[in-house]
Amino acid sequence: MKQFFKYIPLFIVVLLAALFPFMVGVKSYWITVFIFVGIYSIVTIGLSLLMGYAGQISLGHGAFFGIGAYTSGLLTTLANWNPWLAIVASLVLTCIIAALIGYPTLRLRGHYLAMATLAFGEIIVIVFTAEVDLTGGPSGFGGVPRLSLFGLSLKSDLVFYYFVWGLVSAVLLLAIHIIHSRVGRALQSIHGSENAANAMGVDAAKYKLQVFVLSAALAAFAGCLYAHYMTFVSPTACELKLSIMLVVMVAVGGMHSIWGALIGTILLTILPEFLGVFQDFDILVYGAILIIILLFSPDGLYGGVRQTVGFIKRLQRREAT
Amino acid sequence: MNPLLRLQGVTRRFGGLTAVSKVDLEIAPKRIFAVIGPNGAGKTTLFNLICGVFPTSDGVINFNGSKTNGRVAHQVARLGISRTFQTAELFHNLSIIENVMVGRHLRSRCGMMSAALRMPWERREERAIQESAKEWLAFVGVKSQFDSPPGNLPFVIHRKTEIARALATEPKLILLDEPAAGLNIRETAEMGELVCKIRDAGVTVLIIEHDMSLVMDISDAICVLNYGCKIAEGAPKDIQKNEAVVAAYLGKEASDADRN
Repeated sequence: MKQFFKYIPLFIVVLLAALFPFMVGVKSYWITVFIFVGIYSIVTIGLSLLMGYAGQISLGHGAFFGIGAYTSGLLTTLANWNPWLAIVASLVLTCIIAALIGYPTLRLRGHYLAMATLAFGEIIVIVFTAEVDLTGGPSGFGGVPRLSLFGLSLKSDLVFYYFVWGLVSAVLLLAIHIIHSRVGRALQSIHGSENAANAMGVDAAKYKLQVFVLSAALAAFAGCLYAHYMTFVSPTACELKLSIMLVVMVAVGGMHSIWGALIGTILLTILPEFLGVFQDFDILVYGAILIIILLFSPDGLYGGVRQTVGFIKRLQRREAT
Repeated sequence: MNPLLRLQGVTRRFGGLTAVSKVDLEIAPKRIFAVIGPNGAGKTTLFNLICGVFPTSDGVINFNGSKTNGRVAHQVARLGISRTFQTAELFHNLSIIENVMVGRHLRSRCGMMSAALRMPWERREERAIQESAKEWLAFVGVKSQFDSPPGNLPFVIHRKTEIARALATEPKLILLDEPAAGLNIRETAEMGELVCKIRDAGVTVLIIEHDMSLVMDISDAICVLNYGCKIAEGAPKDIQKNEAVVAAYLGKEASDADRN
């Protein structure tokens, strides 16, 4: 019976995602917004495994997102590759790059990964901006083909919405499985006490590297989806601001839970819709939100709600006795 | 009988401080071997050297036929050395039983891929890990509250869970760093029984302990460290009479006064 509890939130997410278009109307603008929520969720679920379960911060996931978008976009437009093949190629490339960055930095304790990925992310943006002949420079390039699945074109927003949220559900399922496994326990043990984890024979560096590569691959995959949905890619898709936003999403939602990552992503993706008045200063609002969350509920919104529920339950029990 | 663990001239320097100096030890299998000494004598440092937490500055550590110095902690664990910590380092983000399940890490194989796809063999292995964790918890005498996080439970449960976690790796040698620290008299007696039970199950025990009556009661042999050097080694009754040991613990004057 206990085995099933861990799937309950997933059932709720699938149900809400399936019903959402009927709640807001199938032609609603909100469908588009939630396609982006879905795409970013794929990144933040991976990132929450890295931050919440392996205790490492990456400031380069926007760059991996960009590598996915650019590789897949360029291979399909310049080389006329099949989009699915291009996606596989960009995932392989991302895994190799992530392994090269992670291997030296994850052997060190402390936030060296954050520094390495920060520098790496900046380099990637510069490369994409400077290689004007290949990438179109700062203005980017268009003409990326839409995806199709078994002959079914994913051109309509509604179909693509269900496609993306089907993938989000699949990623959530994989993440739940990893968390409740030998590997997930090993990751959490490193976070709990690296000394004790080592004494139990857990190779901390190996598992940190694995989860970093996995999260980078998920970011690149989301980038591919973005490129083939937008049909247009430019450096704004992978700049530092995106990397920071992704980390903020995970931190605001609650990094010790993939559900927190999902909540944070929804919140911070739909927030700009209401922040029109702030124009370019919206980044200040995000900063303020992050500070408030970290001050008053370090475990994020999800952690905060759980604590509050636990507190109310304890109060009720005390009154009952 | 061949010793299970042999230390030859093991030395560790931290800058100008020599925390462990030229220690030679031979530990026979299936015995309880105690390391005692005043605070700061280098006992925990010695444990950390054996476990590969930091490298030796000099000397050789041989375990069961293979050199352990030069290996890092998780590689040493693979050879069959497990340990507990002075402050009971449980994983506070995991439940009691999950803590012990981490101890099965070396005895299971499933990787990231088969975990993500929840392959049939992964499920079988997971069930086996859980069963074994329950058995080890029963062995140390933790009977309930498997699913609560350690935070809310009494300290003695922490100590016992930590021992169950170490035993779950099925080590040949277990290093217990002050297992009775923070326990009351009754719990300390229970801990003594548990340590004997571990030896009787065929695991060699190397123990650091400050509770002298416990040490004298259960140990087969004792080694005394002072300022990083071994000053005595032998059976409990010999150690109690050893002048150097008395001097180290009570100070030189006290032992002189005793003699006069």
